[in-house]
Amino acid sequence: MSLLNYFKINKTSSASVAKERLQILVAHERTSRNQPSYLPQLQQEILEVIRKYVNVGQDAITVNFEQDDNQETLELNIVLPDYHPKSF
Amino acid sequence: MARIIVVTSGKGGVGKTTTSAAIAMGLAKKGHKTAVIDFDVGLRNLDLIMGCERRVVYDFVNVINGEATLNQALIRDKHCDQLYVLPASQTRDKDALTQEGVGKILEELSKDFQYIVCDSPAGIEKGAHLAMYFADDAFVVTNPEVSSVRDSDRMLGILSSKSRRAEQSLEPIKEYLLLSRYSPERVKLGDMLSVDDVQDILSLHLLGVIPESKSVLTASNSGVPVILDDKSDAGQAYADIVARYLGEDRPHRFIDEKKGLFGKLFGGK
Repeated sequence: MSLLNYFKINKTSSASVAKERLQILVAHERTSRNQPSYLPQLQQEILEVIRKYVNVGQDAITVNFEQDDNQETLELNIVLPDYHPKSF
Repeated sequence: MARIIVVTSGKGGVGKTTTSAAIAMGLAKKGHKTAVIDFDVGLRNLDLIMGCERRVVYDFVNVINGEATLNQALIRDKHCDQLYVLPASQTRDKDALTQEGVGKILEELSKDFQYIVCDSPAGIEKGAHLAMYFADDAFVVTNPEVSSVRDSDRMLGILSSKSRRAEQSLEPIKEYLLLSRYSPERVKLGDMLSVDDVQDILSLHLLGVIPESKSVLTASNSGVPVILDDKSDAGQAYADIVARYLGEDRPHRFIDEKKGLFGKLFGGK
């Protein structure tokens, strides 16, 4: 080991931090890039329909869009509260 | 039929205009009739880097509006008679460029030229959009730095969805990575993203690495594309890039550090 190496170890390099941050960010931005533009509105409207029947919060519903070579998947996840119905 | 190359990046200040000037000169020097177009309407600078700023009479927008012919606006380069520059307009606003107008000019140029290099402005506004819209190949100029890499990735998304080739479901634009302002010394110290790091993230075909070099500023000071400085590292890097683009097999250089006296004494291994 050279003299120089002796002084520069022991510290996570800023370049590896940069790489890690970029990988996470870019992966995230790529998934949202491929999503159809109607997704946010779709999410909003579904939420309104559900709220007619069940009292759920804004974040009770998640819409996930995934795409691979031969198919597109739209995944809807709705979390219902423990204690629900609006009485009719 | 000409091949249309866009030099793009998203981020500003990474070396698009330097690269456009260098590769256009490189292609022309290899005997290919080449036109280089400045798409940065309102902030033209290609003329300055090419050293023809005092010979600008008509510009891109004049031609689109029918106020001048293409031949009147094209400036023949003083170093190479195969190279022509089409400057951007300095006074008009960005809306002066239209897709139809740009399309017509590129079509007319295609009859007479082998390569058309489009120097894109920074950002993702109209000028940048039109610079890449008609492209066959994209040179994505990236610095080994977080914001530049992120913006390049954003640009790749736009190239693959908003270009003519994407809209007409043609063969996609060929995308190449040009990693500029690279400093092997800082990479070795862990202060800078390496070529491999950037390629891991962007997964692009590497056309070449341009080292951080004093010769780039010297070249722009005197208005001579840096590729003509064949003694400089950056000039040689661009010459390699042009050769690789034209299909020559040249090993990559400027990725590893040159060892100075200090490095030789203490470098070890």
